[in-house]
Amino acid sequence: MSVYILCLALFSIGLYCVLRKRNIIKIIIGLGIIEYAVNLFFVLIGYRMHARAPILAKDQAITNMVDPIPQALVLTSIVIGLAVTALIVAIAIRIYDKYGTFDITKIRRLRG
Amino acid sequence: MLPFFVIIPLGTAFLISLFGKKIRNFADCLANLGTLILLILSFNSVQLAHAHKVLVYKVGSWLPPIGICMVLDGLTSFMLVTVNLVSLLITVYSISYMEKYTDKYRFYTLFMLMLAGMNGIIITGDLFNLFVFLEISSIASYALVAFGTEAEELEASFKYAVMGSVASSFVLLAIALLYSYTSTLNMADISFVISQKGSGMIVSFVAVLFLAGFGLKAALVPFHAWLPDAHPSAPAPISAMLSGVLIKVLGVYALLRIFFNIIGINNITLSVFMFLGAVSMLVGVFLAIGQWDFKRLLAYHSISQIGYVILGLGLGTPLGILGGLFHLFNHSIFKSLLFLNSGAVDYSLGTRDLQKMGGLRDKMPVTANTNLIASMSIAGIPPFNGFWSKLLIILACIQANHFGYAFCAIIASILTLASFMKVQKYAFLGKLSEKRQDLEEVPLAMRLSMIILAVICVIGGILLIPIFKPFLQNAVNVLLLGTGYKDAVFGAIK
Repeated sequence: MSVYILCLALFSIGLYCVLRKRNIIKIIIGLGIIEYAVNLFFVLIGYRMHARAPILAKDQAITNMVDPIPQALVLTSIVIGLAVTALIVAIAIRIYDKYGTFDITKIRRLRG
Repeated sequence: MLPFFVIIPLGTAFLISLFGKKIRNFADCLANLGTLILLILSFNSVQLAHAHKVLVYKVGSWLPPIGICMVLDGLTSFMLVTVNLVSLLITVYSISYMEKYTDKYRFYTLFMLMLAGMNGIIITGDLFNLFVFLEISSIASYALVAFGTEAEELEASFKYAVMGSVASSFVLLAIALLYSYTSTLNMADISFVISQKGSGMIVSFVAVLFLAGFGLKAALVPFHAWLPDAHPSAPAPISAMLSGVLIKVLGVYALLRIFFNIIGINNITLSVFMFLGAVSMLVGVFLAIGQWDFKRLLAYHSISQIGYVILGLGLGTPLGILGGLFHLFNHSIFKSLLFLNSGAVDYSLGTRDLQKMGGLRDKMPVTANTNLIASMSIAGIPPFNGFWSKLLIILACIQANHFGYAFCAIIASILTLASFMKVQKYAFLGKLSEKRQDLEEVPLAMRLSMIILAVICVIGGILLIPIFKPFLQNAVNVLLLGTGYKDAVFGAIK
């Protein structure tokens, strides 16, 4: 149970980071933390203590195995997360070129 | 036939990124050809959905629930026609409009990726697959919003990307929880397991997460802050695509599919939908009326009109759902047209500020007239298409004894009319300033797609007459079927 609570704590840290920090790079890191928390949670769902990979081989009776589907899904989700992070970092670099700052309170040309 | 809705846009995106730079006009031709084929296929899918009710394609011929499946039913074919019709007209428009940007082929690559994501969301029958397509189209749209790489565009794109990523995380968390409860990812199978095990607290929690995640993508009012920045900053064809179809597919369609067909709808969810719809409707239109930036005004109206769609669907009665879906189709037509108009004005004048326009009617008759038609459509003046769908929604409200919501809908409609009279007055009527006497009408491709959209606005009402009715009615039936969706899909697999 405690791992799930830690996972939730990680998610909350990420959310806090996105909501409260003023530096663009810190916001991006916060997004990364949220994403890792969700991925971790997904893997934990399919995990069992002292279990093994579900590979079916000859003369082996498998009694206790982990669920492979969440692992496959998390791989996909990590790749997606990489794409989003790369894109946002690229945008952040261009923003720095234009505004000369990473502080979001100073990047406010859009209003209304 | 079903996988082609994803294969064609993905394939064209690949080919355009490969050869677009080397061969001149290759990107234009291939993108238009691709969207044309998609439109023809989606018209074909309407007939198929009408004849067979539900069609299932098993990817790699793995049987569901182990393998991934694609499902075609009435709602799917309705959304496919909406998306592909708008995207064809927008690619035609982009031939001329995107000339002023460098790297036109990159624009088409991203556009096609976004289209692949949207078609994928509509057609998939697997929850995780929906998430993957959601991310494909979202990432493409973040990049497209920043396409001009000016300061405002980058800022808007950053804001959109951060909020969009958080929303996606919520959706993924909801999928993870749902998987832990049902141990399956196939939509029909999830619905089956929930009906067997009963829906406890965890399903309610998942419903809230989905509402937050997809509600943010649909820009319902508490989650709307990104839309008025992101939509005006993109190039005009992309604004039209984002406001016209992206928020509907990513937000409204996904919400409908999950709440009506998988989790199962109940009175609490419906009243949440209605409340969010009414709030979005009023807040959107109040914020819109004070805007002086043409595209920003239109973006706020998108929030307001999505409110109408959600209100109609949230009533849960056959008439309300019909009105909501019909308004979804109509909104995608006239809102794309309005954004294309704003793009045309921007193309000729180089400004989006309403106070700097005036007297464009004489020099740009096509833009002015199509804009007049679209404005009257969105304000709900008979006999244009917007009138019929708003009428249906208001009638459905009264029929269901929600007089307060009907009153809200009428107020929002009047304020919409007021704000579009402002657009007409400042942009197209009045006197042309001296230095703009050499203004010209926009090129043929842009005029063509604006005229076609305007014609659809005028004759849109015929979708309600009996010959064309099945197109909408089949979609309504899928939603009315509710959790009976699983039996229909399992029936089609066997």
